[in-house]
Amino acid sequence: MAHLFSPDILLDQVINGLTIGGIYALIALGYTLVYGILFMINFAHGEIFMFGSFGGFAVLSLFVRSGFAQRHVALSIAAAFLAAMAVSSILGAVLERIAYRPLRNAPRLAPLISAIGASIFLQNVMMLMVKARMQVYPDVIEERYLDFGRFSISYFQIFIISGSIFLMVALYLFIQKTRIGKAMRAVAEDRDAAALMGINVDRIILITFVIGSALAGAAGVMVGIYYTQINHMMGFIPGIKAFTAAVLGGIGNVPGAMVGGFFLGLVEAFGVLIMPAQYKDVIAFGLLVLVLIFRPSGILGEVVSERA
Amino acid sequence: MRDGFSFSRLPALNRLSPRAWGIVLILVLSSLPPLVGNYWTQVLGDIGIYVMLGIGLNVVVGFAGLLDLGYVAFYAIGAYAYALAASPQFGLHVPFWLMLPACVALAAGGGALLGIPVLRMRGDYLAIVTLGFGEIIRIVLNNLDPVTNGPRGLLRIDPPMLGDLAVNSPPRWYYMILAGILFSVFVADRLNNSRIGRAWVAMREDQDAAEVMGINILKYKLLAFTIGASFAGIGGAIFAARQGSIFPENFSLMVSINVLCLIIIGGMGSIPGVILGAAVLIGLPEFLREVQQYRMLAFGGLLVVMMIFRPTGFIPSTRRKMEFRE
Repeated sequence: MAHLFSPDILLDQVINGLTIGGIYALIALGYTLVYGILFMINFAHGEIFMFGSFGGFAVLSLFVRSGFAQRHVALSIAAAFLAAMAVSSILGAVLERIAYRPLRNAPRLAPLISAIGASIFLQNVMMLMVKARMQVYPDVIEERYLDFGRFSISYFQIFIISGSIFLMVALYLFIQKTRIGKAMRAVAEDRDAAALMGINVDRIILITFVIGSALAGAAGVMVGIYYTQINHMMGFIPGIKAFTAAVLGGIGNVPGAMVGGFFLGLVEAFGVLIMPAQYKDVIAFGLLVLVLIFRPSGILGEVVSERA
Repeated sequence: MRDGFSFSRLPALNRLSPRAWGIVLILVLSSLPPLVGNYWTQVLGDIGIYVMLGIGLNVVVGFAGLLDLGYVAFYAIGAYAYALAASPQFGLHVPFWLMLPACVALAAGGGALLGIPVLRMRGDYLAIVTLGFGEIIRIVLNNLDPVTNGPRGLLRIDPPMLGDLAVNSPPRWYYMILAGILFSVFVADRLNNSRIGRAWVAMREDQDAAEVMGINILKYKLLAFTIGASFAGIGGAIFAARQGSIFPENFSLMVSINVLCLIIIGGMGSIPGVILGAAVLIGLPEFLREVQQYRMLAFGGLLVVMMIFRPTGFIPSTRRKMEFRE
């Protein structure tokens, strides 16, 4: 077993962990934003991510077929991201409007069940649209590595890690520095008081869904590029894992979701060194249960005001 | 429009007491197998197993208000426990009737084991942790080859014996499942109308108020969780013995979702609702073979629509009806 822990392999796993962790963090932000405001788990968030991935897939495939992608790589990828984020945002907004808003004052079980229904519905919509097989993401970026001698890092990985950090910083600044961000924080703190201050609560909740969904859409394209294969069930496991990440960091806590995402990615990357690979998914679930038992408020603590 | 679907509003049906209704229903159901033939008897058996699962999950979700999305895990525990003890896998052939209590105990034990840590959590955390638990069980069954034979499953599972009679044909299974349902309905109904059942309702309606009234929340949650799991244990053992072979993919998340759907459509907390829900959700797709692929699509959409327009289900429980009217 000793060779497993040589510094080279550990470094490789750090990079793998940060890559997948960045993706988890982006998805986790959607859970945390919504939970912070509505105290509700958006079960369909994994499907929003999946739809985003397919949105990017459609655009990239189109560009590859028309030959545009071969000439303008960066432009095509940017377009794929925009398309994915647009598809996810629209879907998030529609979901909020149709499946969640009518239930905002219903007993807590109702929106949760509605969300589960929406999740199954969306999975099956995609299955009927693209058939139940793997779709291969067009590879537009050449698979190249930066070699540092002891370890190497692929361009994809650099791209995903930096891209996810960029989006997170952008989100953080948005929440802290803009008027809408301030309104989001106010609604999370106390919805009724925010409404009394003249904030349009319905609009802020809708915007929250749109932002969280857009981040999930971006993560969808990253997963497509990184793992090269996507299908209609791809949202399920990352959805649960990202939720785990959100809980790890402290649900409702935006920096917490980021920390939780990277932390979970690293734990998984190191976990596969000591556990058989097919149990990889068990690590996240086990971690979730342990955190909820021993530190239910997460690493950085929750930012949820205690209202039932 | 909203009330147009309610069966209890048909005047003729209201005149019979629930007990008389039950007897009529049992008589009708008992006479079905010769009338409908083997194929439909088989389908009715499938529905029956889901009725049992629905009654069990109804205790957890409907009575106690705990959203358990990993219910399939306990079903799997019951099924694998029986299959391992009564198949060539280990050369054991423990009789069904001896294994049945063991399956119940193991499923209940699994429920307690999961329940003790997670029942302290907020309701929505419970949903996702149980979801994860269901997946873990399936992953373990899939990968623990030396014990479970992995994806190749367990084959040639013994049928139950009633004296010298092997329960191995659709009509025999039908009567056995019917007996199982009657037993489950009896237990669930007694529970619902007992001190325990009232404690569950109190807890579901307002946890803090219930606690102040002296209800030990954790104890009653755990009780609901383990009792619900026990029903799944029975269902699992019956499923394994009836199929004769089981595979990890029999125990996917979709089973939990199906059961959840049927109790929501029927009416949370309502036992007649569970029966109606199972008949509609499991039976109807048999008539609609051509549209089979739209089944889950419809289920998902139905969950959303039901929550918005008719959260109490088609046959609401009288207690539930009050809660959703805010």
